Amino acid sequence: MSAAGRGREGEWALSFHAIIFWALAAMTIVPAIGIVVSKNIVHMAFWLLGTLLGVAGLYLHMEADFLGMTQVFVYIGGINVLLLFGIMLTNREPLYVRAAVKRPAIASAVLLGVVVAVGLIQSFGATEWHTVKDAVAPGLADASAKAVVNGDGTAATLGTYLLSDYILPFEIVSILLLVVLVGAAYIARRDPEGGSA
Amino acid sequence: MLFQYAHALIGFLFGMLFVALQVFLLVRLLAPRVKEPMKDSTYECGEPPVGDAWVRFDMRFYTMALIFIIFEVEAVFLFPWATVYNDLIAGLRAAGTGNVLFPFIEVFVFILVLGVGLIYVWKKGDMDWVKAMRGQPKQSWPPTEGSTGERDVEKDVA
Repeated sequence: MSAAGRGREGEWALSFHAIIFWALAAMTIVPAIGIVVSKNIVHMAFWLLGTLLGVAGLYLHMEADFLGMTQVFVYIGGINVLLLFGIMLTNREPLYVRAAVKRPAIASAVLLGVVVAVGLIQSFGATEWHTVKDAVAPGLADASAKAVVNGDGTAATLGTYLLSDYILPFEIVSILLLVVLVGAAYIARRDPEGGSA
Repeated sequence: MLFQYAHALIGFLFGMLFVALQVFLLVRLLAPRVKEPMKDSTYECGEPPVGDAWVRFDMRFYTMALIFIIFEVEAVFLFPWATVYNDLIAGLRAAGTGNVLFPFIEVFVFILVLGVGLIYVWKKGDMDWVKAMRGQPKQSWPPTEGSTGERDVEKDVA
């Protein structure tokens, strides 16, 4: 919440947002723990669905509505389904992955986790956080920036930027997607067993 | 705007709550409990299940999902453009500066580049559901008389 918003809406709004934040954080963290502790890799993929949904909720809470919806469409509707397909493409052996995990692997995973956690906390402290509203507010002259401040969503602002300031990245994204498509199709087409695909 | 999504969240939570109530509480209260081995079978109607539910998926599902994600991301990029397109054209017309066709051309190029990718996967046969085997003529679906459509089904089961 912005400083102005805090002043306007008072303590109640602050605690209300805190409740929503912690609820969404729980919605993100609990399935994440589920991923780590579950034995079945398919269950892991379904737990991941909950985590991605929680992250989408966090985006919405930061008033990045377009990003939140994109998270639902692309990650939950696309990437997670792709993950499940990827699991189901494999044979049954890697289904129960935890039985195969050795002690050194756990130790290195814990070490890596600590390093990542320290890095994240460090960058969390070092970053000045803004809601979308705060970030766009300086350019109030722009009509679509006004739309964001009024709470009409961020899609229009993004569209304006994509057609003006960020036109080159926009076109490069299409080339990137083309490369990904061709590369992925090529790798998927190569048939290691020679036959079934 | 936040509150609109708060409504969605509350609706979501209540939906989960009611499903949980129904599945765990209501069923326990209302349903008769009969212990019978048939009750644990996959299809209670008596159809015996054949084999395991865990079958190895065909690689083509994966390729399809990959292609789907690429074009989904494309659609995500088109959405903000479509939101502002009319306003932008009107703005350009009113200002009298710049090319009115510019927003259209920009996105046309965007789609064209991805269209090349679509043509690529199409021509390479990644989107053919019934694919030609090595050294065999391409099969058609539904299988015509004398084609080997049946054989594929057997292989999938095995």
